[in-house]
Amino acid sequence: MGTDANTQALNHPPARLTGAEIVWATLVGEGVTDVFGYPGGAILPVYDALRKFPIHHTLVRHEQGAAHMADGYSRASGKVGVAIATSGPGATNLVTGIATAMLDSIPIVCITGNVSSKVLGSDAFQEVDITGITLPVTKHNFLISRAEDIAPAIRYAFQIAKSARPGPVLVDITKDAQQATAIFDFEAAKPRPHRIHPMRKVEESGLAQAAELIKNAKRPVILAGHGIIESGAMEQVRTLAERAQIPVALTLLGLGAFPASHPLNLGMMGMHGESWVNHAIQDADLLIACGMRFDDRVTGAVATYAPKAKKIHIEVDPAEVNKIIKVDVPLIGDLREVLEALLPRISSRDGGAWLKTIDGFKGDSAVRDIKNLPDLGHLYAAHVIHDIWRITGGNAIVVTDVGQHQMWEAQYYHHEQPRMLITSGGLGTMGFSLPAAIGAKFACPDKEVWVIVGDGGFQMTAGELATIAQEGIKINIAVINNGYLGMVRQWQEFFYERNYESTPMVSPDFVKLADAHGIAGLTVRTRGEVEEAVNTARSAPGAFLLNFKVEKEDTVYPMVSTGSALHEMIRRPGGKDPLEES
Amino acid sequence: MLHTFVAYVEDLPGVLTRVASLFRRLNINIHSLTVGHSEQAGLSRMTVVCEASAEAGHRIQASLYKLENVVEVDDIAQAPSVTRELALIKVAATPRSRSQVFELVEVFRARIVDLAPESLTIEMTGVESKIEGLIQVLNEGEGRILEICRSGKLTMRRGHHTSGVLKAMSVSADESAEVPAEDGAAVEQE
Repeated sequence: MGTDANTQALNHPPARLTGAEIVWATLVGEGVTDVFGYPGGAILPVYDALRKFPIHHTLVRHEQGAAHMADGYSRASGKVGVAIATSGPGATNLVTGIATAMLDSIPIVCITGNVSSKVLGSDAFQEVDITGITLPVTKHNFLISRAEDIAPAIRYAFQIAKSARPGPVLVDITKDAQQATAIFDFEAAKPRPHRIHPMRKVEESGLAQAAELIKNAKRPVILAGHGIIESGAMEQVRTLAERAQIPVALTLLGLGAFPASHPLNLGMMGMHGESWVNHAIQDADLLIACGMRFDDRVTGAVATYAPKAKKIHIEVDPAEVNKIIKVDVPLIGDLREVLEALLPRISSRDGGAWLKTIDGFKGDSAVRDIKNLPDLGHLYAAHVIHDIWRITGGNAIVVTDVGQHQMWEAQYYHHEQPRMLITSGGLGTMGFSLPAAIGAKFACPDKEVWVIVGDGGFQMTAGELATIAQEGIKINIAVINNGYLGMVRQWQEFFYERNYESTPMVSPDFVKLADAHGIAGLTVRTRGEVEEAVNTARSAPGAFLLNFKVEKEDTVYPMVSTGSALHEMIRRPGGKDPLEES
Repeated sequence: MLHTFVAYVEDLPGVLTRVASLFRRLNINIHSLTVGHSEQAGLSRMTVVCEASAEAGHRIQASLYKLENVVEVDDIAQAPSVTRELALIKVAATPRSRSQVFELVEVFRARIVDLAPESLTIEMTGVESKIEGLIQVLNEGEGRILEICRSGKLTMRRGHHTSGVLKAMSVSADESAEVPAEDGAAVEQE
């Protein structure tokens, strides 16, 4: 039946369908195979029509999870993720997930039901102005009250979500529009071609200037951001780096855009970036920013940011240029296209001296690195994450939550490929990881998926364990359990005189919690047990939870505190057990 | 600096909110905003005046273009342009005190559009400073101002002129801003 509906959607002459059927037929036409949602009164006609269409629906436990799943699905696959919810609370529960996708430029389409058009604005049961609420956190949204407008709106939503700088789009459909009928004509519903932003421009003179700056630079650094992955410019960035021997520093969301093992890869920059990366940026005479937006977490104090460097900014969104950091050469366009135009002008360069200088910045970093500490009986999160990297061969999709474990993941799990680290960067949404991992697993069912999550974030969306159980999917969950809201505690340690207000956290027994969902689990307390536990999780047929009881008061180093220059880092005291020094 | 954004937007529900929300998000106060039909069917023309830095102005323009319903954006700012505002001003005036108001209206080349026993209504078109000039002298006079309704700024770039003409006109426009009585003459010459 499913295939018939699919064929009908695309090949058959225009047919009269209900608005609800049009929703699914349009999604099928857009290539959607999986959606994540939660039914309710105002979206019931759409759910009633679902069985006629070849789409798998995952029932979530909270609509925030649906939006994060659509987001994780998109980050893992590059396709548009789809979330569905009812009106009122169903719709408002999506908002955190939508904002998460907005801040990280992730293409998702959210479909919400709304009350009948006749009672719109009357405070009807479960009515909320969701297009008003989501206006600042979507690229665009639609309020649809006629069946014939549904297909054009959804097709337009997909185009908007994917085009230029991607992002979330919401389509709110009144219940009477779902129930009414209209002629469904997929082809006729096609949107007009995407309008290129008129301020997007790459001038010949800009390319020539950029090439000249690169040619003459003594200390250049490429700043590699998420835009590389969204634009699919991995090869072009690599060619630029290799040909001109330019070292590459990555943003959190850029991790995977340039292979971690590449000799030119410096590592992550910014607040918790490696010290030599930040020193290289501060000392550079040229920064080539590729698909990144100089977020405050990567610049430190703006006034003292890379003072000696000329700046080339290659960016698709004209509103990002000169927003935080004034640049010398803006090249506003699709990163891959711009680099393809630029590369013929770049000739090989000798970068040896500068690379040696950066190597010198490393100094005693290796000694300070927690992973090189002898096993003193403590279980450190960094060890756990580094071991998971080693054991999975770096081949797993890792979905993190937000906080200390997220930074340790960025530092100790090395990503060779794009779309293998899924993490909430811009909004920093706790509770993101578990649902996003479910989305990632649906996008890539053959890949190994690991959730790395703190005990705080895990409890924000732990209800989705039931979704994992109901769907019978294989996800490995590593809870980095330190009994604190660790990153907040770290800020309290540094900036609030260790007044640990409201950060110690009592949690349930996570293994028992998993067990209650029919998910197996283990608690790990020492480093010696890590390898076996990780292997047990990997070889288990179903989802598996590892509860890592790590050191309670460990700290993410280095750290650039707010308002400090990027090179003014708080460093881990060298060669000592980090707990002894405090 | 003062920015004057002229935007062509689709004539659809909610578009005004999308545009206004962009300024709200940056915590920028809109001095004036006018919307009406344009010469193109289905498109409205908005004129938004606000105070913002040059960088913020650039960002607003770039962000306006990112809105799906916005078709064209121009930041007129310092460019040679024709700018007018319409004001309706209701003044308390009895038959005895009217004549003073009549005189002012004459000097400012405004018009009386309504006359009632206790009040009269003045219609005035001109640049902002001229309207403010009238309001000021009315405040200084006997007639109490009861109501003011201002359209906000309406702006259009000037047509293509030879540079000499442009220079001459921009001078007269500048002068007219300060000397209200001459503004009408400048307009007539165009």
